Amino acid sequence: MDVRKFIDWIKHTLLWLGTVGITLLGLATITFFISRIVPIDPVLSIVGEKAPPEVYDRVFLELGLDQPLYQQFFNYVLGILQGDFGTSFVTNRPVLEDLISFFPATFELATLGLIIGVITGVSAGVVAAVWHDKWPDHIVRIVGLIGYSIPIFWLALIALLIFYAKLDWVGGPGQLDISYEDIVEPVTGMILIDSLLAGETEVFYNALSHIALPSILLGYYSLAYISRMTRSVMLEQLSQEYILTARVKGLSEWRIVIFHALRNAAIPLVTIIALSYGGLLEGSVLIETVFAWPGLGNYIASSLLSADMNAVMGGTLLVGAVFVLLNMLTELLYKILDPRAV
Amino acid sequence: MNKAKELDTPLQSLGQARRAQLLKFWQRFKRNKLGLLGLGISITLVVLAIFAPLLATHDPYEPALYERLTAPGAEFWLGSDELGRDIYTRILYGTRLTLFIVLLVILTSAPIGLLIGASSGFFGGWVDKVLMRITDIFLSIPKLMLALAFVAALGPGIVNAAIAITLTAWPPYARLARAETLAIRKSDYISAIRLAGASRFRIIFRHIVPMCMSSVIVRMTFDMAGIILIAAGLGFIGLGAQPPLPEWGAMISVGRKFIFDQWWVAAMPGIAIFVVSLGFNLLGDALRDLLDPHLRNR
Repeated sequence: MDVRKFIDWIKHTLLWLGTVGITLLGLATITFFISRIVPIDPVLSIVGEKAPPEVYDRVFLELGLDQPLYQQFFNYVLGILQGDFGTSFVTNRPVLEDLISFFPATFELATLGLIIGVITGVSAGVVAAVWHDKWPDHIVRIVGLIGYSIPIFWLALIALLIFYAKLDWVGGPGQLDISYEDIVEPVTGMILIDSLLAGETEVFYNALSHIALPSILLGYYSLAYISRMTRSVMLEQLSQEYILTARVKGLSEWRIVIFHALRNAAIPLVTIIALSYGGLLEGSVLIETVFAWPGLGNYIASSLLSADMNAVMGGTLLVGAVFVLLNMLTELLYKILDPRAV
Repeated sequence: MNKAKELDTPLQSLGQARRAQLLKFWQRFKRNKLGLLGLGISITLVVLAIFAPLLATHDPYEPALYERLTAPGAEFWLGSDELGRDIYTRILYGTRLTLFIVLLVILTSAPIGLLIGASSGFFGGWVDKVLMRITDIFLSIPKLMLALAFVAALGPGIVNAAIAITLTAWPPYARLARAETLAIRKSDYISAIRLAGASRFRIIFRHIVPMCMSSVIVRMTFDMAGIILIAAGLGFIGLGAQPPLPEWGAMISVGRKFIFDQWWVAAMPGIAIFVVSLGFNLLGDALRDLLDPHLRNR
């Protein structure tokens, strides 16, 4: 690597870090201003309605509400950098602690959903592109369109009604049946992994029967997007000249599709998959409320209803930051994988 | 007199040309069966919203406690809810709320986005940098999360929900308008207008924004489907329209308690959301095939 290339690389990396920083700062600005326009008095929600004025004044000062707005914002950002998201009024614990304890369940659910979505979505997209404008393409398109149009929380309710209440194929809401709860000591916070670590196969199967439905639903939710994008990327690749060359060489059609076209489509697919992961975190807010899943989405939704703003803003910041970082990382990955893009 | 007539003819032919173009557009649109279905669903939604009182079989708000949770049948076509109200009637009135939210969001977010994007592309330089960074920040947060955060701050309610969705819905329009503006900013006709002495705002509003319209319309149609789903999601969580308003998401939220025994309370409004959102998606697909020049040949 010569010097100029290295300097270029440093420049790009710094620029990238700067962009990430500005975007995250922007995110914090939004949450700061949102928590400023809340009509709820933050002091009253701590001390209660009947607090004597001196207590009120003391808390008012403690929260730094007497300082000018820019100073408050500065303190807010400083606090976030130190991991201080404030205290949740409902759980009475630091918001960060809450977020850390609720995150693994969401991570487990969303990741399983993504795996399902990627496997089904990419294969559906490939099938649709290979049989372009034939019946498999139409079926994939319709399945995707339904995924785009259906309210996911409603689908979740109907799925619970059919597969849990009527057919009894899967476990109900929650991570485990009551009789299996508290058997496994939480290590990672992810129930499937924890139960395997503890060697409790029965707990594992029970947990699997509970996570199956919500993760399949999340998978379907991302299938709609992934299959559509895979299809269009694959169509583009299949119309390239190197495909023609491969055909002329007499390679089998499947070899061309999998080893030539799909391989080249992999780079844009990485971006698409990362973006849909962010979408899954969002979809988990609604799915988790339906399935009483003890994750971040459920935590945010219930904090919203009790107007626990520190918790809401902490959750929004976390999900937003994960989303931003995913976006930015794929951009970086893109540059590494595809030498043409700088 | 003569002069007026002379001026009249080109205008008339312009009108004729537009009509002819519209007719041609319709003939191309007609070929897309799914697009026609989408258009049909959208028109039906508007018609139902207008004539809701005439088509209703019951009062949407009046409780009838002796008839609570009745299964679908001759008296209650789609069943009755936990207060004995007719679900069919409530879904019918719900079309008005759905349309209200969708129109409110579209008619505020699209112009805001257009203005920001067109200015950004037209002025360039630091204006562009600042505006696009702001746009990117808004785009970088998942829409539902952002809407939830806004609505938590503004307080629950249908108008606040619409405002919150608007605040999350404008960035794609800004991106789109900027890209279009950049593409046409340097074109000859813009230079000609500038030489003719048109002000910057005139150029943006009269000559650049109209050129973005076809992409914006496609985007709007798709957005309508998304807005319906987000509004319903807010209603479901309990932050959108408040009871007793017959908003579909809120109705599902109520029906959730009875899902295992009286499934229709939650199932019926969900079908309504699905059909309407599918309709807008189908319409959007068809319009994109016709209007979006980038995808026309795909």
